Amino acid sequence: MSSANQLLLEAKNVTKYFGTITALENVNLKIHAGECLGVVGDNGAGKTTLMKVLSGLYKPSAGSLHFEGKEKVLESPRDSQNLGLEMVYQDLALAGNLPIGENIFLGREPTTNLGLLKFLDYKKIKELTEAHLGKLKINVKSADQKVEELSGGQRQAVAIARSTAFNAKVVIMDEPTAALAIKEVGKVLDLINGLKKTGVGVIVISHRMDDIFAVCDRVMALFQGTNFAESELSNTSRDEVIGWIMGKK
Amino acid sequence: MDSKDQDKNSLYLKLIPYFEKYGILLLLVIMIVVMHFLQPDVFLSWRNVTNVFKQISWQSMLALGVFMVIVTAGIDLSVGSIMMLSLMILAIVAKAGAPWYIVVITPLIAGFLCGLFNGLGITLLRMPHPFIMTLGTLYIFRGTGNLISGGTPISGFTDEVRYLGHGRIDLTWLGLEKSQYLPVSLVLIAIVYIIFWIFMNKTRTGKWIYAIGGNPNAARASGINVNKILVIVYSLCGFLSGIGALILAGRTDSGYPNAGLQSELDAIAACIIGGASFFGGRGTVLGVFAGVMIMGILRNGLNLMDVSSFWQQVLIGSIIVLAVYVDVLRRDFGTRK
Repeated sequence: MSSANQLLLEAKNVTKYFGTITALENVNLKIHAGECLGVVGDNGAGKTTLMKVLSGLYKPSAGSLHFEGKEKVLESPRDSQNLGLEMVYQDLALAGNLPIGENIFLGREPTTNLGLLKFLDYKKIKELTEAHLGKLKINVKSADQKVEELSGGQRQAVAIARSTAFNAKVVIMDEPTAALAIKEVGKVLDLINGLKKTGVGVIVISHRMDDIFAVCDRVMALFQGTNFAESELSNTSRDEVIGWIMGKK
Repeated sequence: MDSKDQDKNSLYLKLIPYFEKYGILLLLVIMIVVMHFLQPDVFLSWRNVTNVFKQISWQSMLALGVFMVIVTAGIDLSVGSIMMLSLMILAIVAKAGAPWYIVVITPLIAGFLCGLFNGLGITLLRMPHPFIMTLGTLYIFRGTGNLISGGTPISGFTDEVRYLGHGRIDLTWLGLEKSQYLPVSLVLIAIVYIIFWIFMNKTRTGKWIYAIGGNPNAARASGINVNKILVIVYSLCGFLSGIGALILAGRTDSGYPNAGLQSELDAIAACIIGGASFFGGRGTVLGVFAGVMIMGILRNGLNLMDVSSFWQQVLIGSIIVLAVYVDVLRRDFGTRK
């Protein structure tokens, strides 16, 4: 299904040096609308560096990023957000003392302006939150519940909801199930499948073969900062992918 | 909370959020009732009640400033010194013969600039904790106040300058007696607290202050300029200390070297009693007000009963520990295991 869809994001020959260390060398990556790409690799293979380049946190030393066919230079995470590229961090980046809705809209709250003062539009936040959670089929008691009262899976769901609240086209998730209880993993994977159906391109970084094989359409392996192998999921097996992680073909 | 009664249990759980919000007010009401029974003739008299408000007026400003700082998971130890320095500057400007409207504005500007200095120090100098920066300025500001005044009191201000701290709103038109006036400082407390309640609860900046206290990394990842918000918070804290100086000038008619000595600790105590968390992100403006009132009523009540000020210290300290322990217990019940 993926090949028929529009190419959203492409990284071409991305190279990143930190001093004398080569973290990434000529890495290529493509993600299409409605597709889920799994990125695997051992610790230090360059997964996180690649994601930080894609989210605008690092500038590549060489190579280029193309969004919907046009070359883009990302100066900050704000730039990538404005393009519709969102990141779900492993530590979730939620404020536990605030309710779900206020977390989803944190930093981008709808306001009514009165001179210099910007008053929060709580009613709109609640409405938008409920509509958005409903669209993603995320069940919580109330949008006013504080995030610290939620389970790990619910928090992950809120983090994902947050990343998609502003018409995200590509969502990058760093180990989305790492901190979850087993029974909650399924819910998050369902959520990723739901995102795909709405045409969002999802990039999942994960160590868990179960996750990769449950939601991804394609998998690519990084090894020592280079593209090591890539395949449609239907043409590979768990054992083969695990071999790639360890540098064996 | 054994499985005695399921309904009772769920009712209890439903009450938790209300208890969390208004529990501190309940404590305040209980204190008022107890004091009333202990001192039935005096405690709730017009004279004594207005007295309490006059006594807490400047402390309530410092506590409100420190509260905002504590919400960001910071601390401001310099508020007492900011107030003293602002008061000294006010006194010098007043003695120099400046018109009252200039004199009234100077402590506000001085307080604001001191707070700005704190905020810039914490963010630009990347101090490991606000404790260190404001501990430094605690000495710097008080020392400066003594340098510019020569360490001696400067007394005698005009009625306009003293209005906020000393003024009375006559209520005889309501059929009340001449002695039953409303202190201007009481009205000022109400106005300032309402403004800051709106600021903290209804504005985007207020929400960001809570977000920074809850998780600074989340705030940063959300594109919030955390340093800018921190500078605003410390500046406002200094500004409120400046208002405190203006009130104190009215009450005492004097700028004196010991003004506000250790009052930063009173301000922190009021915030803690009022339910603000030292870890940031938690606490309400209403809670701070209740905290200030509880400390004020306790001191007032013990004075009325002729209890020594040494016992007052012991009691206030005990209330701080007790209030936080109740908070710990409440969280045990309230949070998800």
